[in-house]
Amino acid sequence: MNWLTNLVRPKFQQLVRTRDVPDNLWTKCPACGHMIFHKELDKNARLCSHCGHHMRLPVERRLAMLFDNGEFERIELPKVPLDPLKFRDEKRYTDRLKDAQSKTGEKDAIIVAHGRMGGINTVVAAFNFAFMGGSMGPAVGEGLVAAAELAVLQEAPLIVIPASGGARMQEGILSLMQMPRTTIAVDKVKEKGLPYFVLLTDPTTGGVSASFAMLGDVTLAEPGAVIGFAGARVIETTIRETLPEGFQRAEYLLDHGMVDMVVPRHEVRDTLIRLIDLLMNPRQSAIVLPLPAPGRPDGAPEVPPPPGPGVQPPPPAEAAGPEPTSGG
Amino acid sequence: MQFLEFEKPIAELEGKIEELRHLHDGNGVKVRDGDEAAGEIDLADDIARLREKVQKQLKATYAKLTPWQKTQVARHPLRPHGLDVIHGLVEDFTPLAGDRAFAEDRAIVGGLGRFNGRTVMVMAHEKGRDTDTRLTHNFGMAKPEGYRKAIRLMRLAERFGVPVITLVDTAGAYPGVEAEERGQAEAIARAIETCLDIRVPLVTAVIGEGGSGGAIALAAANRVLMFEHAIYSVISPEGCAGILWRSGEAAQQAAEALRLTAQDLLKLGVIDAVVPEPLGGAHRTPDEAIANLGLAIEENLKPLLDREAGVLRAERRDKFLAMGRVAA
Repeated sequence: MNWLTNLVRPKFQQLVRTRDVPDNLWTKCPACGHMIFHKELDKNARLCSHCGHHMRLPVERRLAMLFDNGEFERIELPKVPLDPLKFRDEKRYTDRLKDAQSKTGEKDAIIVAHGRMGGINTVVAAFNFAFMGGSMGPAVGEGLVAAAELAVLQEAPLIVIPASGGARMQEGILSLMQMPRTTIAVDKVKEKGLPYFVLLTDPTTGGVSASFAMLGDVTLAEPGAVIGFAGARVIETTIRETLPEGFQRAEYLLDHGMVDMVVPRHEVRDTLIRLIDLLMNPRQSAIVLPLPAPGRPDGAPEVPPPPGPGVQPPPPAEAAGPEPTSGG
Repeated sequence: MQFLEFEKPIAELEGKIEELRHLHDGNGVKVRDGDEAAGEIDLADDIARLREKVQKQLKATYAKLTPWQKTQVARHPLRPHGLDVIHGLVEDFTPLAGDRAFAEDRAIVGGLGRFNGRTVMVMAHEKGRDTDTRLTHNFGMAKPEGYRKAIRLMRLAERFGVPVITLVDTAGAYPGVEAEERGQAEAIARAIETCLDIRVPLVTAVIGEGGSGGAIALAAANRVLMFEHAIYSVISPEGCAGILWRSGEAAQQAAEALRLTAQDLLKLGVIDAVVPEPLGGAHRTPDEAIANLGLAIEENLKPLLDREAGVLRAERRDKFLAMGRVAA
């Protein structure tokens, strides 16, 4: 932050910003207080090397971790009307949008991509928490509709990865209307007999949790992720209740029957690939990645794509992937 | 009558009328001999003139209510609530209870009955009128079991080809620990999904407060009507002010910015019709308001009755799929 940040309009900020130097070389783990060097943290997909705490992962990195060889193709999302409410609080909504756009280099809080997972073509819609808290307005709704339509078109499974505080207030009732809208979108995938997976990441709350995010055929959650409808602070202040230990965390939802499994970040890709394969290929497995053990009679293609840099190809012996730590 | 802050001038006039009436009815003007008749006439004239003034004042005030004033009217303690409307419009109302999984949630009342001679399934948020009933109905804030009951009743209606009418009046879904642990988000998501799926006509009227997820859970309807002074919003003005202005005192500005009035929502294409309220708001003459609502529901329900089940469902889905896509 310097005088330029405050003075120069958001669009120009992007030009004058020095991008590659991280603000802090050291990050303190919010769970255990351990100081982690930024390179180590990045290498470990933003997991605390000390306690395993899952910190938020930038969305591009998330996508790279999921797809085979880290390769995927993003799709252009349809434009939506800009600032339909002409909303203004202490700042104009259009300015907040521009800020978020220049900060993230993205148009809104969702990215839709497709590529192969275990050789199977898959569509992923992932929220970008860095963009206005991943809040859902018509643009995000449009992204989910586009993702669902693409999945139907490609006869591909759909994976949605929310990371969102909820509906975007600045688009008012139109944000609320994205709840039914996204519900219809994911229903289209289900109606086609295609699997719809949700990977709940930190945080998934409000209008996002109370619509498509809770409607997955199979629902995974990252360890420690905050997932719920009402915010913990809202509950505390309005109801004056003391919140139980671990309230609204992924493990709490698992215990209360709200998610199928809590899966550590490094096991997410394997778990999803296995689920996709189980549901999409009920007669015979068709996984081409990871490399099948020699002589394994599973009909996998002969030449699997080589593993690329930056992804962790799962060990060959675990073609079916390790068990999720918390079970189903 | 309970008066709102902005109704003070009206309250003063009403007070004067009350005083004069007291004089008129009592012995106050009859003390002078032989002047009895004249005195009475004079007072009656005064009262009539004051009444006219009240009407004028009401008309002037209610013609240009600000969004914040409407918020207060929508929450007026004497405003007709869900059960008032049901009792006013539905004959042979037969309440049905329970979600068959956990509990009966009286924040949402519902059951079978006859509306203009036809069997309907009617459901409503009920806020309660005094301390006892407010506690019984949990101030109209439903828990997961409330939404799950709504789902059950919608499916029951569908099985018998019975149209569904929902009446929305809630500050929002209940923000509490037990609601979260039983899956508030999932329950709302499923309720929305069910609204969008049933193959019978679904007509919704927002009669007071349409509070966010708790409202949309019952309101993804073929036709959405709204009382003239009702509100419908993604977040309460107070909640929005607390987050975006960092002060609950900015609720007035937030109410303006959110575009939560029936008139704004009609322009945004989120609702289909505005139901007129009697002069001075529904709380002044509830019977008249309820009668107006009855006419509007009939007018909107009738064309849906002959429509084929698949078409009804498809139209509803298409409508919500387009929300936020087209500029208002």
